[in-house]
Amino acid sequence: MATTNGFVGTTRKVTAHLTQNEPLSFEKSSPGKKGYKLAPLDVPEVDATALLGSAARDTEPMLPELSEIEIIRHFTRLSTWNYAIDLGMYPLGSCTMKYNPRVNEFVSRLEGIAEAHPYQPERLSRGAMVIIKLLKDCLIEITGMDAIALHPAAGAHGEFTGILMTRAYHQSKGNPRKTIIIPDSAHGTNPATAASCGYQVVNLKSNAQGGVDVAALAQMVNEDTAALMLTNPSTIGVFEGEIHKIADVLHDKGALLYMDGANMNALVGKTRPGDFGVDVMHLNLHKTFSTPHGGGGPGCGPVACKQFLEPFLPIPFVTLGDDGLLHWSSDRPQTVGRVRMFYGNFGMFVRALAYILANGPDGLRQTTEDAVLNANYIRKKLEDVYELPYSTPSMHEVVFSDKRQTKNGVKTGDIAKRLIDYGFHPYTTSFPLIVPGALMIEPTESESREELDLFVDAMRQIAREVDENPELVTSAPHSTRISRLDETTAARKPILRWKGPETDTVEIDTAAKEW
Amino acid sequence: MRYLPKSDAERAAMLREIGAESIDDLFSVIPEEYRLTRDLNVPRQMGESEIIDYFKAAAEKNAQAYTSFLGAGAYHHYRPVIIDSLVQRGEFLTSYTPYQAEITQGTLQAIFEFQTMICELTGMDIANASMYDGSTGAAEAVMMAVRVTGRDDVLVARTTHPEYREVMHTYAQHQGHEAHEINYAPDGRIDLAALDEAVTDQTACVLVQSPNFFGIVEDIPAIADIAHEKGALLIVSIAEAVSLGIVRPPVEADIVSIEAQSFGVALSYGGPYCGVLAAKEKYLRQMPGRLVGETKDTEGRRGFVLTLSTREQHIRREKATSNICTNQALVALMTTIFLTVYGKQGMRELALQNLAKAKYAADALGKYGKLLFAKTPRFHEFVLQTEETPSRMNARLMEKKIIGGLDLRKWYPELGNATLWCATELTTKQQIDAAAAIVAEISVASAAR
Repeated sequence: MATTNGFVGTTRKVTAHLTQNEPLSFEKSSPGKKGYKLAPLDVPEVDATALLGSAARDTEPMLPELSEIEIIRHFTRLSTWNYAIDLGMYPLGSCTMKYNPRVNEFVSRLEGIAEAHPYQPERLSRGAMVIIKLLKDCLIEITGMDAIALHPAAGAHGEFTGILMTRAYHQSKGNPRKTIIIPDSAHGTNPATAASCGYQVVNLKSNAQGGVDVAALAQMVNEDTAALMLTNPSTIGVFEGEIHKIADVLHDKGALLYMDGANMNALVGKTRPGDFGVDVMHLNLHKTFSTPHGGGGPGCGPVACKQFLEPFLPIPFVTLGDDGLLHWSSDRPQTVGRVRMFYGNFGMFVRALAYILANGPDGLRQTTEDAVLNANYIRKKLEDVYELPYSTPSMHEVVFSDKRQTKNGVKTGDIAKRLIDYGFHPYTTSFPLIVPGALMIEPTESESREELDLFVDAMRQIAREVDENPELVTSAPHSTRISRLDETTAARKPILRWKGPETDTVEIDTAAKEW
Repeated sequence: MRYLPKSDAERAAMLREIGAESIDDLFSVIPEEYRLTRDLNVPRQMGESEIIDYFKAAAEKNAQAYTSFLGAGAYHHYRPVIIDSLVQRGEFLTSYTPYQAEITQGTLQAIFEFQTMICELTGMDIANASMYDGSTGAAEAVMMAVRVTGRDDVLVARTTHPEYREVMHTYAQHQGHEAHEINYAPDGRIDLAALDEAVTDQTACVLVQSPNFFGIVEDIPAIADIAHEKGALLIVSIAEAVSLGIVRPPVEADIVSIEAQSFGVALSYGGPYCGVLAAKEKYLRQMPGRLVGETKDTEGRRGFVLTLSTREQHIRREKATSNICTNQALVALMTTIFLTVYGKQGMRELALQNLAKAKYAADALGKYGKLLFAKTPRFHEFVLQTEETPSRMNARLMEKKIIGGLDLRKWYPELGNATLWCATELTTKQQIDAAAAIVAEISVASAAR
């Protein structure tokens, strides 16, 4: 801990304990060790050079050579260096870090599910198709849309698919149009997606409440506008109260309303995008529907749409045949095409459906209510110490700014780092861009009151530290294996892989390399 | 609801502290006409045992205990048990993108190891932290080549996985570049003469898959010469990553796009899998996706961090190299564990077993049909042409609980009754002999006719 005088908060949630050092697997390797044992070959051996000729590999890849216990310890030790939902509150705004139920993992590993080959015959795939059909039906009901495709592998991939559909729709009317309007509060994926579909991005400035300025939008929308990409609730956690007017403004000019469903955890069971004028949207099954984030993926980003857009959905799709059985079909002449191989992240479909079945209609609604309750509770408990840039009511997340703390030279990123010392994962920092120095906090429904109170306590103590002992905060974290990293050098002189010694027979002194 | 950690009394107390009368106060911002006042029409809340029963019943409707000779971009390899033990640790499973490096060093170091392993296997200088899958990775590789060269003509081998080609087309259609397909020669490899003729100084890249969709290993140095002569980049797409244990790495390529599902990832009816892009270092700034780099902390200790993010959407927005955000991190971790288990010797031994099994299977089945492209080097897949139609042959095999080769007529009608077979280290001699015996029945019968 820093040796500055002044107030130092009490970390009620955590006690420091040892974590083990662990070099790279390559540095632990020594020739001849094995972590595998293949079954004996029951067919004649072959000579690779005879079969492959000059295409045979003549150099060995420098992969580690380790025994099984060393591999278990290696990755277990690495795992202990991570923070995780399983350890505590992970209030990363916009990411919906909710509990990932273990039954989801269990059912996704059942033999008939985990070992199903994507090209196995339809009559041997009906179980997979039944799962796909039920998940689609549930998600259509939850969103209030008419049709859905599950293929996209993540939210950004869902956006890509949805905007391709938007383009195909306009093209079918004779003109693909030129622009996509995107509020300045949007996720970076939105403009990047619009650009990758050949659209120019038009930036829409948020109004004084952080929402869509409907009058400005009305002036902006014209016959060149393909769509508005809107996140609702917005990235400051506010529901667009004038959502239907927004839809009307767009529809009057033939433009579409695309909804980024990143924040669906605020809406499920309480309201449906299909009912408030959305034409096409994506969901993030890894956010709202509890499939694990896994250190950054895999995700799953289904795209739902109104009936008039269904002809443009990607292929293939499950359809009920005249024989009363489910079949795969690609009979969709106006489709945007195939957006990925096979059918999507099927393993994530299984997990999301398990989550929906565990909740039922009552559980889904209660989940949303608890998520919104938790965010508002945090807001109420912190609004006297952190600046609330927008007083509009919060839904599932609350966004503060570091305005009061910057007077002492402390920024949102510093408060975030100090929060680590209190045993929490930081909130999202510096986003959305419309809030300078944003602290974007999304507790989700998975936090108990006790955990929320510990978080509030930590945030309040940090606020006091900022006032009385700011250096303690700007030099945080103080309790982690490593302190702040030199990101500038990392980017200027990138080291993106380990380079071993020239010969692999050199004994590596791992102790000397440890931290 | 068992996932929700609150009693009704606690909810009521929290509402009181907020100053709300009821939970609906917090939703009053939603215009009344759009509030849902009924239950969602989804199945009722189930007990855990019921959920398991539901999925078990579904799983039983899928193929179970069948012998399968399917490959074609999704491969059945043995998955060491410790992969699942390790990736189910909550610290890996339930953490997110390692933006906060101080408390995500575990994920970051594992990705750094992953990047290193991919470089070692492919002979490239750099590799990213993963893409969605091999098909979208290939599409992103093409877009990357278009950015690097400033050219917009793209040449793709027709022996690239048909679904990859479709995905590349979907991605390319609004990027202003066009893809043209180059057919294969009688030996099953890309037609080098046709390629030579097609490459011009407007060609951004040539993309080939190797081993290609027929299982054949392409002549990468020859293809590279043709592409590079006109200043085009060479992209090599690898759908069967295990091949890298025994097949020469495509060191002449500029970009390598891999589907790493074979490295310990369940088939799972087609996903989640793990794409990854590797490239020559000079193309670093055009690389899409996340990258982990080594650096030091304020005390000089080694640490890892997400880096070069100025290429990415959250910084560059519409000028980013890609819109990708979430990738396939946990699946990349599975592949990293797989590669650590097999290591240097194991990867070669494993690949060699695959080569041997496929050789045996091709010889066994080849007796009762025509083995196409028989003389060209291949890894563990082969094309068999039969007198009988694939559907009839496979129906007979299925009666014995064997899933035969993939019917190729949809994509390569010129090959007639052709099927694509795959054998891996898990395919036994007994299974191969059994399949060959069934294929033989009709062949013997038709010979007698």
